[in-house]
Amino acid sequence: MSDTITISYEVPANDFTRAGEASSSIKSKLKKMGVDPQIVRKVAIAMYEGEINMVIHATGGKIDVTISPEEIEMILVDHGPGIEDIDLAMQAGYSTAPDNIRTLGFGAGMGLPNMKKYTDELRIESKLGVGTTVIMKVKME
Amino acid sequence: MIIEDIMEILGAKFIVGEEWKNKEVHTACGSDMMSDVLAFMKDQSVLLTGLCNPQVIRTAEMMDIVCVVFVRGKLPDESMIEMAKEKEIAILTTGHRMFSACGLLYEKGLRGGPTYRE
Repeated sequence: MSDTITISYEVPANDFTRAGEASSSIKSKLKKMGVDPQIVRKVAIAMYEGEINMVIHATGGKIDVTISPEEIEMILVDHGPGIEDIDLAMQAGYSTAPDNIRTLGFGAGMGLPNMKKYTDELRIESKLGVGTTVIMKVKME
Repeated sequence: MIIEDIMEILGAKFIVGEEWKNKEVHTACGSDMMSDVLAFMKDQSVLLTGLCNPQVIRTAEMMDIVCVVFVRGKLPDESMIEMAKEKEIAILTTGHRMFSACGLLYEKGLRGGPTYRE
């Protein structure tokens, strides 16, 4: 694999059942490309947490995944309410998800910590009332 | 142990994947919170859960979990069954509650991995 390719996904709003389809698609593509299974899993988990966040907190969004020989970069853009305090949001266990989300198995406050744990780089840019952009990178080796 | 051992220990029933009953299982995780499951990356693991929605199968897929056990007799719907077949994830259902199901597997030597440290 020597080329750099970008794959884009639209994450639909308010459709909890379909959340994860983009991450599932990336996971199969990376597997087929012969990427190391540990790296595939890290990318899949980090992106899945991000995708779930877009459905829970925003009204869906867009994900661009760029695969190069050196790294996999995921850029997640939503036009949701934005994050008021990013440092607080990064704390394990802190969540603003509503109770109905907890009954669905999410909203434990582990999403952002997990995204940090499984990536080599995590950057969050957020503006209240405008939206959030999450940039994650996983190195190929 | 293998998936078939889990079925026997828990008196469980296959919903999906009897053909994968000889797959090895090395560790287990019991939770209804999927982000807690996603925090735990181990090879060849089984997930025990009382949560029953499509995101359970999605979580299993992302984690390369080989088998999902629904406790308290929960049954997956058609969409979850289809997803599990496609991703080759075995599904079992047992009448045991979470605590008992985990205890029975622990007693037979299955472990959950090291203590969590940040």
